[in-house]
Amino acid sequence: MNVIIKAENVDHWYGEDDNRTRALKDISLEIDEGSFVAVLGHNGSGKSTLAKHFNAILTPELGKIYVAGMDTSDKDLVIDIRRTVGMVFQNPDNQIVASVVEDDVAFGPENIGMEQSQIRPRVDAALMSVGMYEMREHAPHMLSGGQKQRVAIAGVIAMRPRCIVLDEPTAMLDPSGRREVINTIHRLNRDYGITIILITHHMNETVGADRLIVMSDGEIIADGSPKSVFTRVDMLRRAGLSVPDTTQLIYLLRQEGFDLPLDALTVDECAAAIYKKFA
Amino acid sequence: MFKDITMGQYFPGNTLIHRLDPRTKLVLTLLYIIVLFLAKGIWSYAVMLAFLSVCVILSRIKLSVLLSGAKPIVFIIIITGILNLFYTKGEHLLFRVWRISVYLEGLQTAGFLILRILLLICCTLLLTYTTSPLQLTDAMEALLNPLKKLRFPVHELSMMMSIALRFIPTLIKETDKIMSAQKARGADFETGSLRQRAKALLPLLIPLFVGAFRRADELATAMESRCYHGGEGRTKMKQLRMAAADWAALVSGAALTVAVVLLRRAG
Amino acid sequence: MAPVIQTVNLTHVYSPGTPFEQTAVDNVDFAAERGEFIGIIGHTGSGKSTFIQHLNGLLKPSSGRVLFNGEDIFASKQKTRETRFKVGLVFQYPEYQLFEETVYRDIAFGPKNMGLSDEEIDRRVRDAAGFVDISEDQFEKSPFDLSGGQKRRVAIAGVIAMKPDVLILDEPTAGLDPMGREEIIGNIVRYHNSGENTVIFITHSMEDIARIAGRLVVFSKGRIFMDGTPKEVFSRAEDLRSVGLDVPDITLVMMKLKKLGLPVDDSVYTVEQAKAELLKLKGRGKDV
Repeated sequence: MNVIIKAENVDHWYGEDDNRTRALKDISLEIDEGSFVAVLGHNGSGKSTLAKHFNAILTPELGKIYVAGMDTSDKDLVIDIRRTVGMVFQNPDNQIVASVVEDDVAFGPENIGMEQSQIRPRVDAALMSVGMYEMREHAPHMLSGGQKQRVAIAGVIAMRPRCIVLDEPTAMLDPSGRREVINTIHRLNRDYGITIILITHHMNETVGADRLIVMSDGEIIADGSPKSVFTRVDMLRRAGLSVPDTTQLIYLLRQEGFDLPLDALTVDECAAAIYKKFA
Repeated sequence: MFKDITMGQYFPGNTLIHRLDPRTKLVLTLLYIIVLFLAKGIWSYAVMLAFLSVCVILSRIKLSVLLSGAKPIVFIIIITGILNLFYTKGEHLLFRVWRISVYLEGLQTAGFLILRILLLICCTLLLTYTTSPLQLTDAMEALLNPLKKLRFPVHELSMMMSIALRFIPTLIKETDKIMSAQKARGADFETGSLRQRAKALLPLLIPLFVGAFRRADELATAMESRCYHGGEGRTKMKQLRMAAADWAALVSGAALTVAVVLLRRAG
Repeated sequence: MAPVIQTVNLTHVYSPGTPFEQTAVDNVDFAAERGEFIGIIGHTGSGKSTFIQHLNGLLKPSSGRVLFNGEDIFASKQKTRETRFKVGLVFQYPEYQLFEETVYRDIAFGPKNMGLSDEEIDRRVRDAAGFVDISEDQFEKSPFDLSGGQKRRVAIAGVIAMKPDVLILDEPTAGLDPMGREEIIGNIVRYHNSGENTVIFITHSMEDIARIAGRLVVFSKGRIFMDGTPKEVFSRAEDLRSVGLDVPDITLVMMKLKKLGLPVDDSVYTVEQAKAELLKLKGRGKDV
């Protein structure tokens, strides 16, 4: 498979001289094009810092990041890198630039100097792909949090990126907004083959991912399928994370001596596994 | 308390006036204001009044809505009117009360002045009522474009304006929220001396500014990550286009100018 | 004795008489007793945030009354102001309202506005900081230098320092990671257990609220849609879903098991309760 993002021994520090903290410690990883990768970690685990390296908002102090083969520390490539990897941020209010939904979606294409006649079809298609076409003439401040985030996603989609990095896009949303956003990015991954990197601290959002990376104190402490990672309940706890309630229930029952599979993540899987043992 | 302020004062519609290119409307408004200061005598004012009336009728903005926009300065209008009425000396004395004499010329000057101020306000209001703030910003950028050659930051200025417009509702909401939160801790914004009240604003202003800077910072990052790198090489989805109606409007504006200048000579 | 806080036919209409007219709170009767821990749930726009701003007099009802200890809080300006201190309200993302130069002074802002003596203010600041695990060596720091979770705890302390009889918190755990959520929930439970105060906790997280509240009030379309113990509320999973709310995953698992034919109680909502139910099936229920 094609590798879209590659990190080689990346180190990053925050702060001034005496007060420096090492936010990323020797991170190496490869992300396959077309995959859905979730990055999980508590606040300050370095997950957002890592995400900002993926489209050259930050560049590594040591090591290298390659986006589709392009070195992110090469200043001349910045625009190309950002066209390849789009980014959606936590606060929906602080990333929408224009006073009209469709104008905001056009912002990216306008920046890269796209020909005028091409912008409109791109914007319309992007709005349709996130289900916001009907609201294209609305003012952003009249939208719900989930809708604003979908507009932000459309703004990235309009540039036809190969990868979208979402930095805690649901942290400020209510449950229905959260569902809207998660469903949208799954659909983009499935229907358009766009690589998704979802940074989050909600366990439940990682369940549908192809791959789950867990970060703690600037290091990757687990990397694998969500099923394999969630079986390591103790390790997740030590990293300041909780496991889904379903996993927790199975974990407790295992301690009571019942041989249940820890990788039963969804409600249905969990119920089915328990039923087998308790019926 | 801030919820009642309607920003931009734009009334969406699809009339001939609404559909005009914002550049046309901006130029015509400026032209109208200039001509207004050239007007002299009853006939030129009549032409000015007629011209604006036709525009207002075409825009389907209710006269009451338009005039209510002039409310905040009614006081100024009345004062100017009175001052002109009493302090203009002339030949035809109308009446005299105590030491104040009112002349026919005073009455005329005051009348024209009030009419002039009213027309001035109404034509600007008509512009903002029928043109969205965003269109206005675009028009301004387009009209100022030649100044780019003189290294005047036209693009930056219009980007600043449109971002300001985008964030005004957000900041109003935030102000409301912080105000409520501090009131919940017993802050009192409504009573006390001027000094006390100014001091009471700190718990509101500090978080507001801290918040605005945080927003600005995040917005800058988000814009950069969407490939923003200044105005150079930028295209626009919505290009402004002049239609036949725009040219017709500009011609009628020119006709108005000529008419007023001629009437001024005649009058 | 009258309930500590009560609303009678409370209605709030935004922008009355305009095309934007909207009834946010519609004829709500609600009463909270001393010492209760109440969870309020409802999706965005259900009117719950508008509702709670009436309880300390920040919003005036369009019609209806709000009673604190049986007395109308809008009877006089003086009364409304007193209620502000007795019914403490912590807004969403309260860290954005911090403004003082030091943590200590920010926590002291409320008590100072109450006109208390310096000694009393000092005692209250220290007590309040204790509840939210802010240590004394952080008192002289700027609140803007703290971490996100600490900032929020300082903001909550600023309200606790007024020693309100009723403490209302609007989504105090929003945007925090699991550890941050646990800390804040722990702080609030500790405060609740420290005296005869009433806590009203607004949240979207069923899992969080089910563990700590003795009573849940569900808002929908400006009205109270359900009111009862967590067990009662979660046993009506279908109704909850019909107003756009989630049911805890554990409840869903138990409902599924019951459907499959296991004789379990499907209104349980915590992992521990579910474990106990399942162990009972195997005849091992006594030790839990």
